[in-house]
Amino acid sequence: MGTEDLTQILLQHPFIQGLGEDHLKTLIGCAKNVRFQEGEYVIREGEAASKFFLIRTGRVALEVEVSGHGGLRIQTSGPGEVLGWSWLIAPYRWHYSGVAVADTRAISLDGECLRKKCEADSSFGYEMLKRLAEVMERRVEATRMQLIDMYGLTTTGGHK
Amino acid sequence: MTLRSASPADVDAVDPMITNPVPIRRVVWENDDTFTLTLDIRDALPAFSFLPGQFNMLYVYGMGEVAISISSDPGKKGTIDHTIHRVGSLTTALAHMKRGDMIGVRGPFGSSWPVNVARGKDVIIASGGIGLAPLRPVVYSILRARKDYGRVIVLYGGRSALDLLFRVELEEWGNNHEVETLVTVDRGDSSWKGHIGVVTGLLSYIKLDARNTVAYVCGPEIMMRFTADELEARDIPVESIYLSMERNMKCAIGFCGHCQMGPTFICKDGPVYQLPQIRPLLDKKEL
Ligand code: FES
Repeated sequence: MGTEDLTQILLQHPFIQGLGEDHLKTLIGCAKNVRFQEGEYVIREGEAASKFFLIRTGRVALEVEVSGHGGLRIQTSGPGEVLGWSWLIAPYRWHYSGVAVADTRAISLDGECLRKKCEADSSFGYEMLKRLAEVMERRVEATRMQLIDMYGLTTTGGHK
Repeated sequence: MTLRSASPADVDAVDPMITNPVPIRRVVWENDDTFTLTLDIRDALPAFSFLPGQFNMLYVYGMGEVAISISSDPGKKGTIDHTIHRVGSLTTALAHMKRGDMIGVRGPFGSSWPVNVARGKDVIIASGGIGLAPLRPVVYSILRARKDYGRVIVLYGGRSALDLLFRVELEEWGNNHEVETLVTVDRGDSSWKGHIGVVTGLLSYIKLDARNTVAYVCGPEIMMRFTADELEARDIPVESIYLSMERNMKCAIGFCGHCQMGPTFICKDGPVYQLPQIRPLLDKKEL
């Protein structure tokens, strides 16, 4: 796939929207179009976090191995969402596994390549950090809501 | 916000305090602690009719009453359904009932989902947990006049796959392409291939014609608060967002004050409210 095609695909992803032309050029050098079949692991717990993914279609579930319970799925990322930020934070290891629960297309971004570019160009680095911070904030909010276990709160049937 | 109590004349006209003995036709368990009672009303309440979102007071003889939303198709004659979460002694007593047992019914009470305001528009039906039950009559009503509405999107969140209500219907609605159905759970095992996460997250997967969309939201109060915020952030007008509130009920006709929430009586002014009417009261500690 040519750089132009990849640029068009990238531009459709919400994570990229509003990114300046120069920064987009910087990013594209680290990007690759990828596909995963249902059941295929996209990332694996404990392995080096060398990439992150902009999901285009399909769905990836974050999974954590709980002894005696097998793989517990705690969150999914779908179209328009971002999978993984451990590539940015030392020691650059995945804390969860990610398994495609549907055939999935994504843009894979090389973490090491991006880290170097972020270090070399602080304006690009800040832009990446801002966008990832937004992703993290949304994830933390969602996780807090899940922690509340709101459906376990006692209600009877619309009224009580 | 209007705050209106029933006048004695209103009460006499419909005898709202009289409970009617009705036989149970069927008990269906939806999950481990939620069940649907189908009541046979052909003889006891032949003229009974209700609007989506209204509730009945169900009386367990010798024990007391509990307010439960009607969860069946308003167009269906002869039976009505109530979907009930077993959480206390009354709902546990109802859970032990079987076909042929009698319970008392009075109602219907309360305001309804204004389904007609959505004619010609897209509709979002967002629910969490047991909150799908009071919204199911909305889906039925829309399906009866499907061509009068635009897109119909059902967003539903549950604790886990096993906790989801009306699974067969959710699948049917999704399969017949008349309704776009997105379901999410808080946690899944390796057999769950659907979404995992909060119900508000599902909104990011749909493109909305926001100014032309009406949203009906029901679930735990905190879920409704976050969902309403998210819908508003996506430019859905606040006056097109409706919520259904839940409080303890006793008289159900605006007399006893049991269901009072700030200036409003949920049994009479609600349970369904337009967002601006109820927003200041959502998740207020003192209420
Ligand atoms: S339940 Fe008595 S006033 Fe509402």
